[in-house]
Amino acid sequence: MTGNMIFTVIALLMLISLVALVTQKNLIKICIALSILGASVNFLLVALGYRSGGAVPIHYLAGDNKVMVLPTPQCLTLTAIVIALATTALMYSLIVMIYKHYGTIEIDKIRRLRG
Amino acid sequence: MNQHLPALLLALPIGGAFLAPLACSLGKKLRNIFYLTVSLLTLICAVMIFLETSAGKILVYVMGAENFALTLPSGMAFPVRIILEMDAFSGLMVLCVAIASFAGALFSVNYMDKFSGLKRFISLYFLLVLGALGMCATGDLFNFFVFVEISSIASYGLAAFWRDKPESIEASFKYMMLSQVGALLLLVAVGTLYGKYNAINIGALASMLQTGVLEKIVLAMFIAILAFKCGAFPMHAWLPDVYSEAPSGVTCLLVSVSQASFYGLMRICFTLYGTNPANVTAAWILITLGCASMFFGVMMAVIQHDVKRLMGYHSISQVGYMLLAMGVGLYTLSDAVLLAEYGFTAMKGGIFHLFNYSMFKGLLFLTAGALYYATGTRDLDKMGGLARSMPWTTVMFMIGAAAISGLPPFSGFASKWLIYESSFAIHPILPVVALLTSILTLASFVKVFQTAFLGASKISLAPVREVPVGMLCGMGLLSILILFVSFFPNIFVSGVADPSASGLIDQAGYINAVLGGVK
Repeated sequence: MTGNMIFTVIALLMLISLVALVTQKNLIKICIALSILGASVNFLLVALGYRSGGAVPIHYLAGDNKVMVLPTPQCLTLTAIVIALATTALMYSLIVMIYKHYGTIEIDKIRRLRG
Repeated sequence: MNQHLPALLLALPIGGAFLAPLACSLGKKLRNIFYLTVSLLTLICAVMIFLETSAGKILVYVMGAENFALTLPSGMAFPVRIILEMDAFSGLMVLCVAIASFAGALFSVNYMDKFSGLKRFISLYFLLVLGALGMCATGDLFNFFVFVEISSIASYGLAAFWRDKPESIEASFKYMMLSQVGALLLLVAVGTLYGKYNAINIGALASMLQTGVLEKIVLAMFIAILAFKCGAFPMHAWLPDVYSEAPSGVTCLLVSVSQASFYGLMRICFTLYGTNPANVTAAWILITLGCASMFFGVMMAVIQHDVKRLMGYHSISQVGYMLLAMGVGLYTLSDAVLLAEYGFTAMKGGIFHLFNYSMFKGLLFLTAGALYYATGTRDLDKMGGLARSMPWTTVMFMIGAAAISGLPPFSGFASKWLIYESSFAIHPILPVVALLTSILTLASFVKVFQTAFLGASKISLAPVREVPVGMLCGMGLLSILILFVSFFPNIFVSGVADPSASGLIDQAGYINAVLGGVK
């Protein structure tokens, strides 16, 4: 029960962010939702990488334990965090420019490209 | 030849990207020389890789190991390092991207000349090339995600390059929202496979993959995300916006970048899943997506008045042809008789069309950029009689338009023919949709040709002159390639499409290159 708790949390986070992505009209709120989605995916990666009862993945520290928690998912997460940082920064700078051009950050008023 | 080619292929554009600000501060002339030299070197490197892989060799390159051919570190049963792996299909894709990037660079030298901020432009341009080349070169799913993100971030920046235009910012933001959600789901898919199999290398995963519900869900995620990235019908909304708002030299490259996503989709369906039963459903999904993209893409294109937007919608319909062809190939993958009968032909047609599409679509976007450069508008209603003042652009537009509409003897005809005759075997309605799309494509390009190039000259367009020589060179390079493929399709099919399709169905070969115990 408690072993799967982390996945419940991840699912809830994902659900919150997806609902917010669809329902919110304010661009900044949408960006926040996207950041939450990113965080929940990183959570998922780390949780999936854990092997219960596993040892540190260093040869002389692991002892007789043959199950190791490999550092791959942590590396993936670090990379994903860096990428998320870059996109978030770019996203907010685009919002600043959208505000300059349109005078609003409500998504249903920004509609020049259609058809 | 040189064994370090795969690493060099990625090192050149990334070096170019970070040296660009330095080179740009040395003056205009040196900047242009730098821009073109790095693009040309990347192209040469890509051609060398292409020649090596199309001979049937699979190139493997291990990053960070004591020996770059050491895929399995001592005592390990599966690869732990970053591995680049290229077969004939990757070689072809790398070639497409490199040609498009060189043509786009030639074009951009004149096209972007009057704008400031070119150091950022050139940096982002090379990062976009790097992302696309990396997607085709990597043999590792997480690395694929990283390269998808590199190319996406670069394309957000380039789509919003003219940041004084509200439409550019809007297009870029819209693409960014959708693409980020897509990329995160891609990460979930990769993470899920890691959670079950402890590996992210495509070859290693393919050797272990079982049949189950989890695998089906992951495959569905991959198809949804990568079909979105290559602009298939229900997820196409971003594509015409981004293609029409980005500078034209970049759009020419973006066409090939979206093909790199298509490459990823094929790599996952054919190499990772192979004969997995989940693929039968996947094949039907690809066929349906293909038909829908073809038809709705072209229907939307016919009613457009903005020349670049019109071409953007045509991209959606052309991607449909490839999805249809590869879907037919995937459908027959587990049945050797059907595969030999028509599936392999369909795959050859799809791969042939992929190459043609990168070339003629790039050319058409460049001619649209030339029209915009000369007239200052993209609205077809404001153009007219340009054939007199821009003869070269007119000829090259005709070549591109004839190729995309599949008029014999141009290259589009040969590849579409292979798709018609092979998809007929699955269901007769498929080639009917494809033919109808082809006719509507012709109709809409006749409209563009008629309104922009023929008719009476408009007084407002009197000062229009032919575009500078650099832009003509960019378009000319693609035109010559299209003409070459048009006149010798047999050489291309047997020498390029055939090994690429064989490479794609040779799952064991791909796995062996990683797990085959290279000592």
